[in-house]
Amino acid sequence: MLSQIPLSYFLIVSTLMFFIGVYGFLTRKNLITILMSVELILNSVNINFVAFNRYLYPEQLQGHFFALFVIAVAAAEAAVAIAIIISVYRKFMNIDVERVDTMKH
Amino acid sequence: MIDFSFTILIPLLPLLLFFVLGLTSGKMKPVLSGYIGTLGMFATAAMSYFVAFQYFFNRPAGAEAFEKIVPFNTVWLNLTDKLHIDLGVLLDPISVMMLVVITTVSLMVHLYSMGYMKGETGYSRFYAFLSLFSFSMLGLVLAPNIFQMYICWELVGVSSYLLISFYYEKPAAVSAGKKAFIVTRFADLGFLIGILILSYISGTFDFVSMTDPQGALITQGTPLTFMGLSALTWALALIFVGGAGKSAMFPLHIWLPDAMEGPTPVSALIHAATMVVAGVYLVARLFPLYYFGAPDVLTIVAYTGGFTSLFAAIIACVQTDIKRVLAFSTMSQIGYMMLALGVSGYGENHGLGFTASMFHLFTHAMFKALLFLGAGAIIHAVHTNNMNEMGGLRKYLPITHITFLIACLTISGIPPFSGFFSKDEILAAAFENNKILFFVEWAVAGITAFYMFRLYFNVFWGKNTNYKHTPHESPLTMTLPLMILAFASMVSELIPFSKLVTSDGLVLHIQTEWIIVIPSVLVGATGIVLAWLFYKKESAIPDKLVTTFATTYKWSFNKFYMDELYLFITKKIIFKRISQPIAWFDRNVVDASMNGIAWVTNKMSDSIKGLQSGQLQKYGYVFISGVIILAFTFVYVWFK
Repeated sequence: MLSQIPLSYFLIVSTLMFFIGVYGFLTRKNLITILMSVELILNSVNINFVAFNRYLYPEQLQGHFFALFVIAVAAAEAAVAIAIIISVYRKFMNIDVERVDTMKH
Repeated sequence: MIDFSFTILIPLLPLLLFFVLGLTSGKMKPVLSGYIGTLGMFATAAMSYFVAFQYFFNRPAGAEAFEKIVPFNTVWLNLTDKLHIDLGVLLDPISVMMLVVITTVSLMVHLYSMGYMKGETGYSRFYAFLSLFSFSMLGLVLAPNIFQMYICWELVGVSSYLLISFYYEKPAAVSAGKKAFIVTRFADLGFLIGILILSYISGTFDFVSMTDPQGALITQGTPLTFMGLSALTWALALIFVGGAGKSAMFPLHIWLPDAMEGPTPVSALIHAATMVVAGVYLVARLFPLYYFGAPDVLTIVAYTGGFTSLFAAIIACVQTDIKRVLAFSTMSQIGYMMLALGVSGYGENHGLGFTASMFHLFTHAMFKALLFLGAGAIIHAVHTNNMNEMGGLRKYLPITHITFLIACLTISGIPPFSGFFSKDEILAAAFENNKILFFVEWAVAGITAFYMFRLYFNVFWGKNTNYKHTPHESPLTMTLPLMILAFASMVSELIPFSKLVTSDGLVLHIQTEWIIVIPSVLVGATGIVLAWLFYKKESAIPDKLVTTFATTYKWSFNKFYMDELYLFITKKIIFKRISQPIAWFDRNVVDASMNGIAWVTNKMSDSIKGLQSGQLQKYGYVFISGVIILAFTFVYVWFK
């Protein structure tokens, strides 16, 4: 059943996700949404890993492991990033990236 | 012979005093710093007298010539294996004699300043500078090598600058200080080049080996020549330029009259007794080199000295500022010393000029310091420098009057005062070698007597001026040095100079030559009588003379327009024709090209600085666009 779906469909989905993530990363001012966009980018990569692994080298598992690895890293990153966001919020009472600019001056 | 190594303390003690007084100035009571400075100077003077006594009179039996002793020497900079700059002490007759001169006059000036500078702002600063000056001057005369001498020579210049412009709120004093510094510094350029040439051809800085008559430099000379003259001649001529600058020889004399803007004790110390004779001392120090290596330069020295003494004496006759009269008189007397060195021979019984020069240096230091300090006492009493505003002061200032009279008689060469003996020896030396210079100096002796007594009669006799405040005699701190120096002026002929200070260290036999003594006393007496006729009472003769010789008077009064000539050369020729085009080139070509580069960079960065917004998301945008463009390029290139 899976074999009826061609690889390019997965790639199209992941490309869409990737660019949606990039777009969000570049345009959002809110740190949380930026973080969410980064997660989108990471997950689009995960889709690519798993899909390529499944379609091109079905007897090997590196792609899956990499996907798991990325998820773990993403989880750690989210924890750190949210901690930073919270402390930024406590300091500046907002989390708008353009207004957190003390280090610039 | 005792161990002389303690002599290093003689210059170091004033240096210590300079630091102590300089660093505590403003925190310590001014009077206290005066006491400390004077006491320190007293200790230095006591040490110098001890050294002089031990050196001259406590010699091992049978010693013939005075040796050159280097009791202390340390290598400071190693340039090559052979050439190194040392710091140390050299004792020989002239340096020991200079020790006595400098410390005596300096002690007198320290003592005198306690009265003269009382209540002035910067009293401690004054004493600190005096100590600095004493240190550098003592270091100069004790220098065992020409480089240490040069270092101290410049230090002397600096301290002279500091002391001339002591009243730094007075524009005249500031510009006088600058003038003195620049003119002497300009001359020192010659000195430095001379040192470099000399050390190049001799391979040493050391005075003892350099001036040894049996040494390689004198016996073999140098094969190097430049423009037909040997390198040694060039070196010594250039060194003499430095000496002439410090000693205010024509045409580098213009700074000395202006230097009178400094406090009077400073004029007495620096511009009469010690610093200005540094040039004479320099020539005397290198005398064997001059005599054997470059007799032509010695002739130049003689004529420069002779001309300066005449030139300055003529100007001194018409000046009205008492300190300026004394300044020109100093120039004239230093001219005598230079001349004596110039006509002197070396060794045997030919070294009369050398001994005479050193003898005159000694007596001149005493009586000229006395004259300046006396002038200071007069100025202190009447608050003016202009002698036309003075008169009849003998009743108000009895001690100053008597001591000033003694100094005037001494400088005029009237026996039995010391100036007579030293001047007489110079005239005798000139008579032996050069009749023209002898007659010039003989005439100058008369002019000297005339202008000194013109000053004396104008100030102490003559009309009774109505003073705003009745002048009163100075305090003891000021009159005591006057009395001591007057005593020294009277008795210093008793020092047997011909036995102690000679060109080769051996005893010089001299006999009195009546053919010189009688005319020289006569001409001095004539000068005094003329001054007495002209100025004792108000008389019409001076005015008549002025109108008769109007042009001469005008030229002389304006110091033969030397200052104007210098200004013309520097401003109209050097500044306008040379410096201004160079400045234009510098500003419009060199600077402009650099400014152009800066302008272009500035404009460029101005136009692109918007990219560096500091907003992370914009950077990310650019980055990602770049990656995408690159990716598409690769795809396009690969799959074409």
